[in-house]
Amino acid sequence: MSSAGTPAAEPRPDIATSVYPAARLLARRHRPQWWEAIPWILALAFYFAFPDYLGFGVELLVTVLFALSLDLALGYAGIITLGHAAFFGAGAYTVGLLAFHGIWSEPITSLVLAAVVAGLVGLASGLVLLRTTGLTLLMLTLCTMALLEEAANMAHDYTGGFDGLPSLEIPPLLGWFEFNPLYANTQYLYTLVVLLVCFVFVRTLVYSPFGQSLTGIRENMLRMHAVGTPVRKRLILCYSISAAIAGIAGGLWAQNNAYVNLSALGLDRAATVLIILILGGYGRLYGAFIGAVVYLVLSHFLAQVYPTAWQLGLGLLLVAIALFARNGILGFADQIWRRVQARRGAT
Amino acid sequence: MIFGIDVASILLGGISAGMVLFIVSVGLSVTMGLMGFVNLAHGSFAMLGGYVIVICMNQIGLGFAPALVLGFVITAAVSVVFERLLYQRLYRAGELDQVLFTIGLIFIFIAVVTLVIGPESQPFTLPPALRGQLNLGFTEYRTYSIFLIGFGVVVVVALWLGFERTRIGAQIRATVDNRRMAESIGINTDRLFVLTFALGSGMAGLGGGLGAEFLGLDPQYALKYLVYFLIAVSVGGLGTVTGVFYASLLIGVLDFTLKLYLPKGGTIFIFVLTILLLLWRPQGLFKRPT
Repeated sequence: MSSAGTPAAEPRPDIATSVYPAARLLARRHRPQWWEAIPWILALAFYFAFPDYLGFGVELLVTVLFALSLDLALGYAGIITLGHAAFFGAGAYTVGLLAFHGIWSEPITSLVLAAVVAGLVGLASGLVLLRTTGLTLLMLTLCTMALLEEAANMAHDYTGGFDGLPSLEIPPLLGWFEFNPLYANTQYLYTLVVLLVCFVFVRTLVYSPFGQSLTGIRENMLRMHAVGTPVRKRLILCYSISAAIAGIAGGLWAQNNAYVNLSALGLDRAATVLIILILGGYGRLYGAFIGAVVYLVLSHFLAQVYPTAWQLGLGLLLVAIALFARNGILGFADQIWRRVQARRGAT
Repeated sequence: MIFGIDVASILLGGISAGMVLFIVSVGLSVTMGLMGFVNLAHGSFAMLGGYVIVICMNQIGLGFAPALVLGFVITAAVSVVFERLLYQRLYRAGELDQVLFTIGLIFIFIAVVTLVIGPESQPFTLPPALRGQLNLGFTEYRTYSIFLIGFGVVVVVALWLGFERTRIGAQIRATVDNRRMAESIGINTDRLFVLTFALGSGMAGLGGGLGAEFLGLDPQYALKYLVYFLIAVSVGGLGTVTGVFYASLLIGVLDFTLKLYLPKGGTIFIFVLTILLLLWRPQGLFKRPT
C-alpha cells in the first residue's frame, strides 16, 4: 500500500481531479467498488447452500469481525499487539456475566454494553501502554492480557474460573427470533448484520481523514509529529475503537455459544487472530475475510483429523509467509495482478 | 506458621529457579539487543536442548555432565543452521514478520517433537550425587538447588568476564549500542551474531535440561514458559548480561514466594509488577537510558 504522508483524500476545488490521474485516484479511493459486494453475496449464499454448517459459519463471521478489529489497530495504525484477545474476552465476559447472573441479557443492548466495556478497557490500557513501542509494547500488551486472564481465573465466584459460565440464557432477538443451539439460523443472520454494520463503520473510518492520519503514523511517526498530528491521541482513540469492536466480536461469541470460558482471553486466541489477519493480508480490510475463511476451513477439516500435522503445516505456512509473502494472500494476489497488468501494458 | 518456613529456604529455592531462568534467557537478551530480532522461538531451543539431555541420559545412558555438554553443542549447532538458513533473511524485516516467523517456528518445533518423540512428559531423574539434602551449616537444603545456584554463578561470572573483558565482548557491546557505527569501524557484525546466536541458544538448551527437573519437559514447553523468558529479558534490559541476571533472580524469588503463600493466582502480581516496571523504565530496569 502506498503511503500518503498527509491526509490527502479530500479533493480541493482548485485541483482539477480529472486532469491529474493520481489525484483522481485518491479522491475516489473511498468509493465502493463493484467487487466489494462479493463477500456479502457469498455469505448469504452460504446461508442457503449449507444449512448444516451454519454453526461453523457463525464462528467464521465472529472471527472475521475480530480480525477486522485487529486490522484497524495493527494494519492501519501499526500498533503491534500480542494481546488483542484481552478485548475479545472483556466483551465476552461482559455479556456472559450480565446474562449468567440474570442482570441483563437482551442481545443487542448487551452487545452495546460489551463494546463500551471493551472500549473502556482499551482506553485505559491504551493510555498507559501506547507510550511505548516495539518489544516493550509487545510485552505490555501480552502482560495486560495475561493479567485479565488471571483475574478472570481468580474471580472464581463470579466468572466460574477455568470452567467458565455455562448455559447462558439469551432471550429471543427483538423478542421474536429464538437462539436455537441446534439450528444457528438466527445466530448466523444476526452475526452477519452486526458484521456488516461494523464493517461499514470501519471502512468509513479508514478512508476518513482520521484513518489517513493513522496510516501516516504507521508509515512515519516522526513526520506525523512534525506536521502537528496529535499522534498519541490518535493512537489511543484508534486502539479504543478497535478494542470496542473486538468486544462486540467477543459478545457475539458468548451469545452464539451460550457460554464463556477462559479461552476467550488466552494467548491462543490472540495468536490465532494475528495469524489470520497476516495470512489474509493486513491493512486492507478484506484480509480479515480471506484469512479467516482460509484458516478456519483448513483448521476445521484438518485439525480434528490430524492435529499434529495441522500444527506442523500451520508452522511451515507462517514461516513461508514471513519469508516470501510479507503481505499475506491478498498482498500476494495484488503483486501477481500488478505483474500481469505490467506485462499487458508492455506488449 | 507462615513465617515458620525459613527465609533462607525461600531464597535458595527462588534463586535456584532464577538461575535456570537466567541461563535460558540471557541468550535471548543478547540476540535481541544485537540485532533487534524478536525471537519468540527461543524457548523452542531450550526445549530442544532439554530433550537432547534427557534422551541422552534415559535412553543412551550417558552421565549428567556429558549429557549437558552434548545438549549445549547440539542445540548450538542446530541454531546456527536455522540462523544461516532462515533468521538472517528477516533481520531487516519488521517486528510483525519476525513475530509471525518465530510463532511459526514454535509450532513446527512442537509438532515435530510430538511426532518424533510423543506428546507425553519426559521423566527426568537426577544423578545420585545430586539427590537428597545438603547441610550448609545454617540450614539444610536440596542438593540439586545448591548445585544449580553454583552452576549459575559460574555461568554468570564467565559470561560477565567474556562480555566485559574480552575483545569479542567489547565488539558485542559496541554493536548493541550502535550497530551501524560498529560496522563502520570494521566489526563483522554478521559473524558476531552467528556466534552469539549459537552461544545463546546453546545456553538455552542447557537451561532446558537443567530446569527439566522442576519445569517438566513436554512439547508445549516451547510456549508455556515463553512469557517468563520475555519478562526476564524486557525487565532486565535488552543486550545486557547482568540486568537479565538480576531480573531472573527477582522473578525466581518472587514466583517461588507467591506460589508458596498464594498458590491461587499468585502469578498476577508478576504481571502487574512487569507492567509497572516497564512503564517506569521501558528500556529495562538495569539498563542505563541512552
